[in-house]
Amino acid sequence: MAELSDQLMAFTVLAYLAAMICYAGEYAFGKRSRIGRAASRQLVGAGAPVPPVEKVAPEPEKPSRGEWSGRIAVVLTFLGLALHLGSAATRGLAAERMPWGNMYEYIVSATLVGSVVWAGVLLRKPAVRHLGLFVSLSLVVLLGAANLIAYTPVGPLVPALNSYWFVVHVSTIIVSSGIFLIGAVPATMFLIKNGYDEGKRSFPYTLGRRVSDAAGLERLTFRLHAFAFPLFTFGALIAGPLWAEASWGRYWGWDPKEVWAFISWIVYAAYLHARATPSVKRTVATWIALAGFVTMLMNLFGVNLFFEGLHSYADAG
Amino acid sequence: MTVVEDRPATAEAPPPRRANPLWALLRNSWRQLTSMRTALLLLFLLALAAVPGSIFPQRTVNRENVQEYFAEHPKLAPAIDRFFAFDVYSSPWFAAIYLLLFTSLVGCVLPRLREHVRALTTVPPDAPKRMDRLPQHFAATVRPQPPAATAEGIAKFLRGRRFRTRLRELPDGGWTVSAEKGFFKETGNLLFHFALLSVLVGVGFGHWYGWHANRLLVTGPDQGFCNTITQFDDSSLGPRVSSSDLPDFCLKLTEFQATYQTTGQPKSFLATVAVSEDGGADQIRSFTVNDPLRLDGANVYLLGQGYAPVLRFTDRYGVQQTKTVPFLPTDGMLTSEGVAQFPDVNIDPKTNKRDDKLQVGFEGVYLPTGGTDGSARSTFPAENNPVLYLAAYRGDLGLDVGIPGSVYALDRTQIETGRLTKVSGERPYVLRPGETWTLDDGSKLEFVGTQKFATLSIRYDPTQFMLLIGSVLGLAGLMLSLAVHRRRVWFRVSPAPDDAGSSVIEAGGLPRTDYSGFADEFTALTQGVVKEGKS
Ligand code: HEM
Repeated sequence: MAELSDQLMAFTVLAYLAAMICYAGEYAFGKRSRIGRAASRQLVGAGAPVPPVEKVAPEPEKPSRGEWSGRIAVVLTFLGLALHLGSAATRGLAAERMPWGNMYEYIVSATLVGSVVWAGVLLRKPAVRHLGLFVSLSLVVLLGAANLIAYTPVGPLVPALNSYWFVVHVSTIIVSSGIFLIGAVPATMFLIKNGYDEGKRSFPYTLGRRVSDAAGLERLTFRLHAFAFPLFTFGALIAGPLWAEASWGRYWGWDPKEVWAFISWIVYAAYLHARATPSVKRTVATWIALAGFVTMLMNLFGVNLFFEGLHSYADAG
Repeated sequence: MTVVEDRPATAEAPPPRRANPLWALLRNSWRQLTSMRTALLLLFLLALAAVPGSIFPQRTVNRENVQEYFAEHPKLAPAIDRFFAFDVYSSPWFAAIYLLLFTSLVGCVLPRLREHVRALTTVPPDAPKRMDRLPQHFAATVRPQPPAATAEGIAKFLRGRRFRTRLRELPDGGWTVSAEKGFFKETGNLLFHFALLSVLVGVGFGHWYGWHANRLLVTGPDQGFCNTITQFDDSSLGPRVSSSDLPDFCLKLTEFQATYQTTGQPKSFLATVAVSEDGGADQIRSFTVNDPLRLDGANVYLLGQGYAPVLRFTDRYGVQQTKTVPFLPTDGMLTSEGVAQFPDVNIDPKTNKRDDKLQVGFEGVYLPTGGTDGSARSTFPAENNPVLYLAAYRGDLGLDVGIPGSVYALDRTQIETGRLTKVSGERPYVLRPGETWTLDDGSKLEFVGTQKFATLSIRYDPTQFMLLIGSVLGLAGLMLSLAVHRRRVWFRVSPAPDDAGSSVIEAGGLPRTDYSGFADEFTALTQGVVKEGKS
């Protein structure tokens, strides 16, 4: 069962990778006519910058190559999700417990949540498909990192983790991290699009050409964060301390993992504040959200690998 | 967002008068401090200020790591210590940031509370003149009822959807219905911010009135302890706690069970104790990791475990002494290090004087499961093949100098200065339970066996439960605040120009927070009103 889980994981990464390539294909040679037009526009405007014209010409009804590429990417995304789910489930069965007892399993589960949320967003708003490139990129990178630096063979939980608060604490943090992960994608796209609209034409901003609805992206960013924030609050600042009290005798002890959870929480609170303050620009607020995600990554990788703490599941195998 | 925009900025401006510059400065600073931008800045500072605490070892988290850091960086450590690098979370600069933030919070939340109470007790304002300028607008349609009845019907419909509504009659015989909903957003938001305040206050009180202590407890009826400061290995009482405030209880560890996976990973621990509270009879209780022993006024947590070899020393005059000495584990397989010191031995019965040069100490490693290759690492945490490697020293142990030395290592300076010398061979002597080692002067050391020990943390924090309530309330407030949207709708019901028996209605809607679903809700409301009117 454990081997099956590892094999499924390998195929999961491959599926996400293939999906990523197809999403990229949709970007690159996608709707030919439009890219061509954009290119010629840039040629014309080489001397005198021309403000970007974002009027989207009606596409021919027949799906183009890029369109097909995008559709295949979606199929591959769902395939990857199914394999991902299978890998996590078989791992849980092999270990006879929930599959979130160490850093490897933690990443596998958090990205699984991210993938599920992304699938949900795709089903409800097919128009945001172009974000898939970034979603699959982050899934591949995180899962790759999990396999390369954090892989741990299946094993039972150490007694310190054997508590139902552990299940509550870790599961809510995993779910909220997965949503924060997906929330970082429209945040990034919003910033790219915004930069593009301001006339920036260097590399990441060129991706903004395909993106239409900046305000919609920004709103999606906010909604994902507003959903994940209370969940994270519960997992990290209520369930975590409850468990820590029962296990270590103190509800809060400034252990490095606690420190970084606190930092993430404060930064995300700052994001919600910034977004609610009319005098703060939405781009600034969105940068804060991304900063929040960086602190989450820091907690996941940096703290587990560099600092010593009480969180024994943090050992990177 | 609403709250900020809502505040009538001009109405509250003080009447112009000659300002005292100091007063103006104070007022401006206060206004600055309680602004959202300052709150944002302080939040960032707080996040930033928390970082060093995860980079440098903290005294409150792990004292030994701090000592190690001092040893490794003898120059840097004292320098950054002056900036509280090892006490970040109790440092003045960290406190300055959060106190400023919470001052800002108080200054921000109190006026908002007043605003909110006012908003809750005042009626929704009258409809604006031009409804078509509102974000949502519903063009006029004709209803076959006179205005008063139509307006009454609309109000009833809206009340059914939990809008706060208010009917107003217009001079021209028409009516307006003003309705507002979503006050729980601000209620929740205020609840959340007040809960934050209560948590800070609770943490402060917990620090003042709480205490904690550590104790290593060996199994056996003669090894128990009672809850007094002198019985602890270390302790820390809050500023408002004196040692006489500690609750009265005594603990004896009667049994300690541990089970392991075949890999040596621990599977389960169970500590069984005999407790006597307030001088009462012994009660048998057990507890484990994640499930502390909860006593009246204190909780006892199981933090760790280990072995304490029992050693019987027979000196050159034939006098016996037995000691149970806890050895501290150095790895997950419970390779343990420790010492046994016998200062009061080799006392000549004729003179009855202690000879400082004839004290005896043993230092070594205990392996619950020794390997077959003779390496000094245990291969399994349970006692499958227990071995004790010891070296013997004789001379002055240096225990009388008055400096409390470690009970887990011999005094190095005594060895370096030659006052304490090794009397066993190059390689440590190997002892198994029951075996006896005869030293060069005829004295003997018998390895009787081992006892288990548990390391316990004993703690009391009076505000813990209050903090839990505070944070759960805060979370509820947060969810309300993020999920609820405040919005207003207005209906204007005018008499139809040609027919007094029917009326024309027009509606407008204003979401007062960023609420993408408002258009749908507004449509549903107006459709509902239209349908209601038909039936
Ligand atoms: C102790 C640090 C603080 C934390 C952790 C914090 C956290 C939060 C969070 C998470 C939100 C978003 C959820 C919601 O809308 O209710 C929020 C909203 C808000 N906070 Fe704070 N806050 C803090 C201090 C402050 C201070 C000092 C002020 C005043 C200057 C303030 C004013 C507000 C306002 C006005 C909102 C409402 C925003 C809206 O309408 O959506 N907060 N706060």
